[in-house]
Amino acid sequence: MRYLVAKDSREAVALLNTGEDARLLAGGTDVLVRMKLEGKTPDLLIDIKEISGFSDITTENGGFRIGAAVSGAEMGEHAALKAMWPGVVEAVELIGSTQVQGRATMVGNLCNGSPAADSVPAMMAAGAMARIEGPAGTRDVLVADLLEGPGKTKLGKAELVSSVFLPAGLPKAGDAYLRFIPRTEMDIAVASAAVSLVLDDNNTVAEASVVLGAVARTAVFVPNAAAALVGSKLEPEALSACAAACAAACSPIDDRRGTIEFRTKIAGVMATRAAKIAFRRAGGKL
Amino acid sequence: MKQDFKILGTRPIRPDGLDKVTGKAMFGADKSVTGMLHARILRSPHAHAEIVSINTAKAEALAGVKAVITGDDFADVENSATRYTMQNCMAQGRALYDGHAVAAVAAVSKAVAAEALKLIEVEYKTLPHVTDVDEAMLPGAPVLHEGVKARTLGDDVSGNTVGYYSFGHGDLETGFSEADEVIERTFKTAAVHQGYIEPHACLADLGGDGRGELWCSTQGHYMVREVCSEILHIDASQLRVTASEIGGGFGGKTTVFIEPVALKLSQKAGKPVKLVMSRDEVFRASGPTMSSSIDIKIGMTKAGKITGAHAKLRYQGGAFPYEMVMMGAMSAFAAYDLEHVQAEGWDVMTNRPKMISYRAPGAPMAVYAVESVVDELCQKLGLDPIDTRLLNAAREGTKSSYGPTFKAIGLVEALEAAKAHPHYSAPLAPNTGRGISCGFWFNFGGQVSVSMAINADGTVSLIEGNPDIGGSRASISMMAAEALGIEFDRVRTIVGDTASVGFSDVTDGSRVTFAVGIATIKAANAAIKEMCKRAAKIWDIDAEAVEWVDGAAQPTGHNAGDFPPMSLAEIAATSGKTGGPIAGHHEGAPDKAGVSFGVHMVDVEVDPETGFTSIKRYTAFQDVGKAIHPAYVEGQIQGGAAQGIGWALNEEYIYGEDGRLQNPGFLDYRIPVASDLPMIEAVIIEVPNPGHPFGVRGCGETSIVPPLAAVANGVAHAIGVRMFALPMSPPKILKVL
Repeated sequence: MRYLVAKDSREAVALLNTGEDARLLAGGTDVLVRMKLEGKTPDLLIDIKEISGFSDITTENGGFRIGAAVSGAEMGEHAALKAMWPGVVEAVELIGSTQVQGRATMVGNLCNGSPAADSVPAMMAAGAMARIEGPAGTRDVLVADLLEGPGKTKLGKAELVSSVFLPAGLPKAGDAYLRFIPRTEMDIAVASAAVSLVLDDNNTVAEASVVLGAVARTAVFVPNAAAALVGSKLEPEALSACAAACAAACSPIDDRRGTIEFRTKIAGVMATRAAKIAFRRAGGKL
Repeated sequence: MKQDFKILGTRPIRPDGLDKVTGKAMFGADKSVTGMLHARILRSPHAHAEIVSINTAKAEALAGVKAVITGDDFADVENSATRYTMQNCMAQGRALYDGHAVAAVAAVSKAVAAEALKLIEVEYKTLPHVTDVDEAMLPGAPVLHEGVKARTLGDDVSGNTVGYYSFGHGDLETGFSEADEVIERTFKTAAVHQGYIEPHACLADLGGDGRGELWCSTQGHYMVREVCSEILHIDASQLRVTASEIGGGFGGKTTVFIEPVALKLSQKAGKPVKLVMSRDEVFRASGPTMSSSIDIKIGMTKAGKITGAHAKLRYQGGAFPYEMVMMGAMSAFAAYDLEHVQAEGWDVMTNRPKMISYRAPGAPMAVYAVESVVDELCQKLGLDPIDTRLLNAAREGTKSSYGPTFKAIGLVEALEAAKAHPHYSAPLAPNTGRGISCGFWFNFGGQVSVSMAINADGTVSLIEGNPDIGGSRASISMMAAEALGIEFDRVRTIVGDTASVGFSDVTDGSRVTFAVGIATIKAANAAIKEMCKRAAKIWDIDAEAVEWVDGAAQPTGHNAGDFPPMSLAEIAATSGKTGGPIAGHHEGAPDKAGVSFGVHMVDVEVDPETGFTSIKRYTAFQDVGKAIHPAYVEGQIQGGAAQGIGWALNEEYIYGEDGRLQNPGFLDYRIPVASDLPMIEAVIIEVPNPGHPFGVRGCGETSIVPPLAAVANGVAHAIGVRMFALPMSPPKILKVL
């Protein structure tokens, strides 16, 4: 295996395009673990941490651009980012342990392609855009449009995600992410939910986005669950309609981490609880 | 018995702490030598299969491969228990469980060894398998080994049933006829792993001359020496085994899994061989403890008196004959003074890794079932769970359910401490329940050797033969200092290798502080006797006219006051001139270990929407006899509680229909993480063991016995539904809500 440090994204793309079995290294918390577990190494490991801008959180059009090599811990310590998108930051901070947080990146979490990735539902609910660099140049796509299935993304040949953009947060808006695990940390979501809400002057939900994780082949928007919240102040009827819509949207698998029945039941629980947190963050009172 | 201690009961800094936190401590995988090879083991992907053939030619031809072995490389051994151990390390003829070793490779690097494994061609013929205990007992079940069925059993059970035990006294029918309420329940518990952080690891060097060196992570290096020398057909004296620093054992390192394989590879390659298990291998091919299926029937009067009690314990112990249900049958009703009681147990083989001890082996699941039914009876009859247990509690003079009559024991004291503790009267939040359970463990004595040298500078070097898995180097140094009358930091205790001190049994049974403690006190007494003799010589008086007081020799009788006391340091300083080095040693097999009872109390909150159980408050009361180093004792109590909570809530071996283990890793085999648990309050009770000069009972195992039922009873009260199987993972709880 060769290990190379890319100087800029053009070089990283060129290295990805050589036809060798190449992997990108940012935090390495998936790549290195997998190499160790499977006992297989790629031909080429391309370190992208040194690329200018990749380790930065920058403001842009009132929102934030987060580089591909920014760690969870750095996001957690960015007060302005945390104030604008608390749900996204709390989702990223749930990945791994304190030690892993010093390395793990949100972009890596996205590109790993896990249906249970914690940051992905939160990014989708926030309307995040991924910036992609590739042989054909640079393009921006919605994070939601990058998802393909377990272990897969829609990234093309020799493409990489260089950053994620979180748009400017509105006043009276709030987001939240919750996951269910059988323990309190160091685990993978059995079911998860991200909710992003915008309230009107009456503190009634004007806009809503509800995304579920770990209950389908990719994280999924649940428009009916969002619709159930719009026009409400999270009254019990609205919440139970939201939960029912979530259950209907689930198509999970039965495995050692949870049954279909269990995942379907708790997806709605996570969504309604996340909705309440988002509602309070947006300035609403329950 | 001595009560006014200077050293015992204090909390000196642990002598192994600095090395461990700085990374200097040498664990099993930390040792390397020049020219060593790396070994890997090929394991069966089948739950049960005949090994038709193994072709190792391609692997042997790979550059860098120095030795390949299979079961054929191991000659037969006479002792059947050793043969089973050997065949568990390397299959012969049949693979008996998913993960069973079938071949091994030693090569110049780990990568080459891994590559070589892929080149070994094994032809399997799969056979029917069974992994569930009740199914394995049915006549017609696939039988793991023919001819080992317990002799007393009939055709109603299969040949997998290798042991049957029954303990008790009185007449059950009479007992149940006197009850106002009888409850009969069936329980199931999953197999759980000891979950030590350090995987099995060793470095073996066995030369053509039959001389060997073995470094390994183990709870008993003499056991390793005996088993390995038997399997390798070499003299015990020629194999020196050194125990590394150990990263947890909990009973799981009381046998060998890889050492004979590494020795055989080393012998064949003519080079040292290092072998380290991966976590996947640890789960699939080491440990775990037994799973169980249990029937309990208990009768109680309206006043809470237990009139009759019957337990039927069916334990699943994996792919080879074993004996462990006996401990469960003996422990089941140990907490109670009963007139009519019987506990029966069946040991059963299945296509799973062979069980090995796990902290109070056999007791937690039996006591879980019993204490669940006791709790249900209290609930049904409107009785206080502590008062009811006090009414039935075993005490000094009680004829135990397993035979012996108890000497001084501390169950009543533990129950009374629990009743008086503020935890018991604290208000409960919504969706929260409080659970109580008693627990018991025998503790053990066993063979022990201690050698103590009094150094010329007044310090003491002590060698003992038991790996330190729970702080024994500290507690042994403390007992030596107490017995000699010197400061703690004057003593350094080390664990010797098999060539430097006499035989010592495995570190298990909560025996080390008790047994090594007694040997240490006796070794100290021998050294004291010699020091008194030296003082007598210097003073020119009779040796009998010298006594040892507060760390110094002083004249007694008609010589009293004739000379100022002479300290250990003073006597040691001149020892070269008064007769040479001063030492004391003791070899023995102390057998008066004292049983230990515990009572645990837990508040659990169950999320009604997800079935998630959180531990809100936990208090553990335990009679330890005498706490030598209370911080270590508290750690033992807290550790056992934490492991028991994991057993109750999330830990389980999950097998598919194909008989393969589905969760061989810490991600899906869920031991509790730090944030899952509150601070566990340990309340130490000290009812001295009359069989130890300082009153020590042993404390390491009792603490894992009560948590299962304590948590289960708490959950039952929190959700108003009782569950009869462990673990009570969120999907299972949510299903019954």
